[in-house]
Amino acid sequence: MKHYLNVVWAVLWKDLRIELRSKDIFTSMAVFAVLAVMIFNFAFELRVSDKTVVIPGVLWVTITFSGMLGLGRAFISEKDRGSIAGLLLAPVDRSAIYFGKMLASLLFILVMEAFLLPLMVIFFNTNFVTLPLIALLFLGTLGFAAVGAIFSGLAVNTRTREILLPVLLFPVMLPVLMAGIRATIGFMEGDSLADMMKWFNLIIFFDILYIVVAYLTFDYVVEE
Amino acid sequence: MTTPLIEVMHLRKAFGRHRVLKGVDMTIEAGSSVVMFGPNGAGKTTFLRILATLSKPTSGTVRIAGVDVKHNPEGIRQHLGLVSHAPLLYDDLTAYENLRFYARLYGMQASEARIRELLERVGLWHRRHDLVRTFSRGMVQRMAISRALLHNPPILLLDEPDTGLDPQAAEMMTEVLREIGGSERTIIMTTHHLERGLELADRVVMLVGGEIVFDEPASRIAYDQLRPLYDRFVGEGAVA
Repeated sequence: MKHYLNVVWAVLWKDLRIELRSKDIFTSMAVFAVLAVMIFNFAFELRVSDKTVVIPGVLWVTITFSGMLGLGRAFISEKDRGSIAGLLLAPVDRSAIYFGKMLASLLFILVMEAFLLPLMVIFFNTNFVTLPLIALLFLGTLGFAAVGAIFSGLAVNTRTREILLPVLLFPVMLPVLMAGIRATIGFMEGDSLADMMKWFNLIIFFDILYIVVAYLTFDYVVEE
Repeated sequence: MTTPLIEVMHLRKAFGRHRVLKGVDMTIEAGSSVVMFGPNGAGKTTFLRILATLSKPTSGTVRIAGVDVKHNPEGIRQHLGLVSHAPLLYDDLTAYENLRFYARLYGMQASEARIRELLERVGLWHRRHDLVRTFSRGMVQRMAISRALLHNPPILLLDEPDTGLDPQAAEMMTEVLREIGGSERTIIMTTHHLERGLELADRVVMLVGGEIVFDEPASRIAYDQLRPLYDRFVGEGAVA
């Protein structure tokens, strides 16, 4: 078990170290997030009097699309540089590699969200950020990273991997996305946390489901 | 009679309708150096990838130290080192960070001394804090050998390790391989370079069209004989 956790940590450390040097993933996600928020802001500015109506949709759509840029690199970058075999040669259950990659993706997307939230507060001139919303975003992002990392691994051995990832990911992510948007609407309309628990529970259920399925299937997913 | 370290029986691999390996049988004794020649598409890389547990056979059996690779792939991987066309290194990590990362993957405690030993052996200790992206192809390939030897595996698989190297770098790599060989390590190497391969081998195998067409001790064949033989099996002008 200690070796398993060491491998998870090693893969996470390696991805963080590379990202700190190259800044490839964060830069692309951040630029996309800025552009998306600006476009949405200008598009809704003249037509929507109450911007709180559009914020939940803008928030989750921006997270989903910019997060996709990060998730896409999880295994595809390993394939592109030819290093994926090095990971798969590790004498450990391959799910450890999945968890390392998933945690790295989760961290990248969370950092992007920490950048996105103040940006949206400024652009939409509304402070909608609360602790329950941050918890909601964390849980939604966990599910997103969990399912995104496994599909990134699946797409790696296909010719159309850049296209395949969103095609596979979006339908599977729908329950988490819908629950996330509905709960965010609730928070913005002043509903209590107790009222929102059904959406939290739904996201937690799907988070667990995605992680368990990914754990059980990763070895087959990366198999040639 | 000793038990072979590697036993390959009726090994077949197909990608869809394309049959890459068509029933390969082979036994390899511990400590031997087997060099496998063959044209592109002969199935050499697929053969090594199956031995390395990176690819599963369509049918047939591969046993390493008596253990079927299908039953205990994690245990088998501990005994294997692989050098392939791709160096399996990270350009944005330094030489030292790359080896430290792999040491963690292999569960090595106190890896610093081993990393130093290997980097010194391949002449890269003085460049340990440089990013791999700044290395020449020859240096990267020497790093790849260090990576493959990090956990001191008894079996080393080399898939065309000399691809893309200039003659000087290829000679340096051959020197490193000669040093790391010896009676305790089993080496299986594929290459297109007949002379270099023959120099390192004590057994020569030719794989053509997914089948072994030649398998002889290296001591029984000289380069002058090997080349026309290879041309006959593979076709004129196929030798690098």
